[in-house]
Amino acid sequence: MTALSYFYIVSAILFILGLKGLSSPKYARRGMFLAELGMLMAIIGTLFHHEIVTFQWIIIGLVVGSIFGGVMGLWIPMTAVPQRTALSHSMGALAATLVGISEYVRHGASLTKVKMTTIGLEVVIGALTFTGSLMAAGKLQGLLPGAPITYRGQNVSNIALLSSTIAILIYLMFDPAASTLFFLMVGLALLFGFLLVIPIGAADMPVVIALLNSYAGLADASMGFVLMNKIQIITGSLDGTSGFLLSLLMCRAMNRSAVNVLFGAFGKMQVEEAGPAVDARGTVRSITPEEMSVLFESARSVIVVPGYGMAVAQAQYGVSELANTLIKRGIQVRYAIHPVAGRMPGHMNVLLAEANVPYDQLYEMEQINPYFAEADLALVVGANDVTNPAAKNNRSSPLYGMPILEVERAKAIIVMKRSMRPGFAGVDNELYYNPKCMMLFGDAKESLNRLFGVLKS
Amino acid sequence: MTTELEIGLYIFMLAGFLGYHVISRVPPLLHTPLMSATNAISGISLIGSLVVAGADYSRLSTILGFIAVVCSASNVVGGFLITDRMLKMFKKGQGRA
Repeated sequence: MTALSYFYIVSAILFILGLKGLSSPKYARRGMFLAELGMLMAIIGTLFHHEIVTFQWIIIGLVVGSIFGGVMGLWIPMTAVPQRTALSHSMGALAATLVGISEYVRHGASLTKVKMTTIGLEVVIGALTFTGSLMAAGKLQGLLPGAPITYRGQNVSNIALLSSTIAILIYLMFDPAASTLFFLMVGLALLFGFLLVIPIGAADMPVVIALLNSYAGLADASMGFVLMNKIQIITGSLDGTSGFLLSLLMCRAMNRSAVNVLFGAFGKMQVEEAGPAVDARGTVRSITPEEMSVLFESARSVIVVPGYGMAVAQAQYGVSELANTLIKRGIQVRYAIHPVAGRMPGHMNVLLAEANVPYDQLYEMEQINPYFAEADLALVVGANDVTNPAAKNNRSSPLYGMPILEVERAKAIIVMKRSMRPGFAGVDNELYYNPKCMMLFGDAKESLNRLFGVLKS
Repeated sequence: MTTELEIGLYIFMLAGFLGYHVISRVPPLLHTPLMSATNAISGISLIGSLVVAGADYSRLSTILGFIAVVCSASNVVGGFLITDRMLKMFKKGQGRA
């Protein structure tokens, strides 16, 4: 065992401690410091690796990569974190693919069955994660249309594509010298990743990002198997498990089955969801900011329900300011965070934390639901489907079974919304016809400004 | 080779179980930082890339290794920076539960 192996063992311990730190916001930064230290040790140790003979490209690569990563890490707005995450999945996957190709080119025909299989898995998983994540990043950034693109026979052709990729991999195990086939396999995997994400709409992204996170982890782990780098097997496995766990959580929160997601067929659901007839009807009551301020006067506890619409309108600062004003008046303010309120797991918490909302005011769905009944006022800002009572009591609704925030149990409800347009699922929200519910139409940011004007006078 | 693979598979499996237990204890509050942290950590692919870029196996290998170094380094640096930026923002309120 060389000294380097000991370095790696210590790094692995520090990585695990780093992730463990994330179990509480108190210790999270300290934990991340340990992980950073572990990374530094591993990198410096590797620079003494006996096979490294020239440092020219290593230094240029490290500098270019650090500048690129540093610029993104330091200046990207918090709303753009999902696309940065997707982009980094794609870069990690690209690195694994390229190293796999390099190993194949280097050893070619002399590869054993086992080695060929690991290289094959590395480049296939890497390549499909690379294009898939690029597509996801493009959709999140708005460079590509966010709407799902579906066509006839999509699933059949995708499955055919994946099976031919696997068939080539199996053939290569017996004939590793067939380099044309190897590159054809890489090409097919690239195409597959691209086609996999095409049918997925922007609002489904929390599941997709988490799943691609898991794939990126697997690509990383398979690279560890190819180079027999044990620390990389560990980090890849941790990353893969983390992504998989998060995607299961997201699935549950969005009412999708795990099988449905694993086979990438989730785009189909939307086509079916768009249709169903609206059965919730009644009168919708609207309210003005002036009338709303009166409601706050008699309220003692308020629950804010933020959705991605709030972030789109950049209204989180206004909401946070409103909450502070209310708290100063002795009103209790809590935020109810649905797991999919945002574009990636936990995104809404970050957006609110950025707007200076203390994290002890943020409540998870299971924690807050019992408190809606005693809340004097529920203020829904830019959330829709996650508040629809149809998910609990209407079996024919496509939302049926989805866990929701039980806003309808609050004593009074105010919904800030642009218009009566249905949410992502294309279903009318029964909540808006509830006699306790009042709608404040218009841009959330402007409405909040008007409300401040009234509250101050 | 077979024993190496066997050891690798054991490591993979055990790390997976460990990951399951460590990560299920991360509250949803920190799921976004968790994702960028695992991103940064999996930038450990940098160590493999460094060897490929610096070992002078062939011109192609050096080029592929170089690109891999750029990608992994950017994940490490960007991942840790943005994780820290996010974690810095999470503040506790003034004693209000």
